[in-house]
Amino acid sequence: MTEIWDGLTRAIELLISLDPEVMEIAGRSLRISGTSCLLASLICLPLGSLIHFHHFRGKRALINIIQTLFSVPTVLVGLFVLVLFSRAGPLGELGILFTPPVMVVGQMILITPLLLGLTISALSGVSQEIVDTATSLGASGFQTVWLVLREARYAVLAAVIMGFGRAISEVGCALMIGGNIRGATRVITTAIALETSKGELALAIALGIILLFLALIINIVLNRLQQR
Amino acid sequence: MSLIEVTGLNHRYSERAILENINLSVDRGEVLALIGPTGAGKTTLLRIIDLLEIPSAGEIYFDGKCIPRSGKQRLEIRRRMSFIHQKPQVFNLSVYDNVACGLGWRGEERNRIAGKVDHILEMVGLEDYKDRNARTLSGGEAQRVALARSLVLEPEVLLLDEPTANLDPVSTAKIEQLISYVARQRNTTMIMATHDMSQGQQLADRIGVLLDGRLVQTGNTTDIFHSPQNEEVAHFVGMENIMEGVIIANNEGIATVNIGGNTIQVVSSYPVEKEVYACIRPEDITLALASTQSSARNSFQAEVIRVATLGPLSRVEINCGFRLIALVTKISVEELNLQAGKEVYAIFKATGVHIIEKEISQ
Repeated sequence: MTEIWDGLTRAIELLISLDPEVMEIAGRSLRISGTSCLLASLICLPLGSLIHFHHFRGKRALINIIQTLFSVPTVLVGLFVLVLFSRAGPLGELGILFTPPVMVVGQMILITPLLLGLTISALSGVSQEIVDTATSLGASGFQTVWLVLREARYAVLAAVIMGFGRAISEVGCALMIGGNIRGATRVITTAIALETSKGELALAIALGIILLFLALIINIVLNRLQQR
Repeated sequence: MSLIEVTGLNHRYSERAILENINLSVDRGEVLALIGPTGAGKTTLLRIIDLLEIPSAGEIYFDGKCIPRSGKQRLEIRRRMSFIHQKPQVFNLSVYDNVACGLGWRGEERNRIAGKVDHILEMVGLEDYKDRNARTLSGGEAQRVALARSLVLEPEVLLLDEPTANLDPVSTAKIEQLISYVARQRNTTMIMATHDMSQGQQLADRIGVLLDGRLVQTGNTTDIFHSPQNEEVAHFVGMENIMEGVIIANNEGIATVNIGGNTIQVVSSYPVEKEVYACIRPEDITLALASTQSSARNSFQAEVIRVATLGPLSRVEINCGFRLIALVTKISVEELNLQAGKEVYAIFKATGVHIIEKEISQ
């Protein structure tokens, strides 16, 4: 019990003093997960719209698969990316394994199903009547898609924030393909895992609190948006 | 030449026929009302004309050109029309942005958009709501936003699907006023679906009756309301008294019809032995306490069965050998002391009876 108490007080000290190492790790986490979330959104919003607005054979099955992949284990994605980027792998020549860029790629793969699925369900929340109204007011196909995305903006934004939340809180993928290299690829979650195994509970708890704090901010933003 | 022409139109959802062999043409500047009960296919017909749906069979001509079933040309034609849907669907944007979006999609300049939107908002009386989110408006206000959003595009054709359904009388009157203003001032061609016959009568140049997916009759309002083509139309346009009978004599256009043993005099050129329906609008029947000397050829002693008050008018059900329904003013009900069991005279003119030929298939 005293360990936890010590950890808490130490965590508060680290946070108040803006400890350079803690800030560096937190900053890297935000940068990597922010980038992966942004890039995944740029792919998934148009792709999700494309799937939503087109009728094709197997659409239902595709959506089922996407939804199933919501819960893909992070270590499985880590394994897949590791094989892909390892020296003997098809993308091994890039030599980016154990660097932040590959962590971005891994997190993008991880959250793509979530972003796609939630984008599709956000767009489904906009009634067919709205789509028809836009069409009959003379919107072209692209203009209709843009309007519907705007109509669903809160749900779409919620999807993006969910994706960011999954990216910043995962540990398996970051550990396997990032390698938890101090000063290079160490992020909040991998640092917590390491410090805990070392018995450095104070730093682990401090980082945990920062992660929860970020989650809290995300939730506040989410609630604000949904109340509008 | 007609602006819109629909030929041989058929439409079905899976196996159910929604529209059957519709042929219709609308002239430039004409206001056509499509009347018919719910589910008759009015909305589907409007959607097909607005090129939102592709009919199972048949062609649509716009300004003389046949519209292809796919391709860019459909968008170009659609941009010359505008459709007001039954439930006003406003976008989750400000009132201003709602009204401006159609112009923006057409690539109009920002300054011109602002001028046009301000002008139209003033016209529909929503200038003070410019910055409000349109989703926060009442039903009547939302419908005015929808109307403004369409009118600002200055469409050549305005399609209206039950524009006043579910609105209160005051909002309805405002919308109707705007529609007739636009029809007169801009000479906009309109096709309006409604189940409210008085609205059709009031706003339209011509009426088409759509029953069960078939365009049963088109004509001016007098034709439709006083000379329906068949029993179905008669029923729908409020001919509450429809009686089966046989013509037993015809003397130079004044025919005698036998209705289950009673005879009435009507104006008709059908020959003797023709099986017909005799239709009388309830407001064309007068009730009196004595068989007065009037020009009306039909006068029957009758017993009042039931009196029901509907606003300023009363619906009186009587039995004079056959059942009739008469619509009389509330004052008449009081003066004549009409109540169940009362003896009265039912009087109607020979010209007040519309005769429909009984269809062979029935």
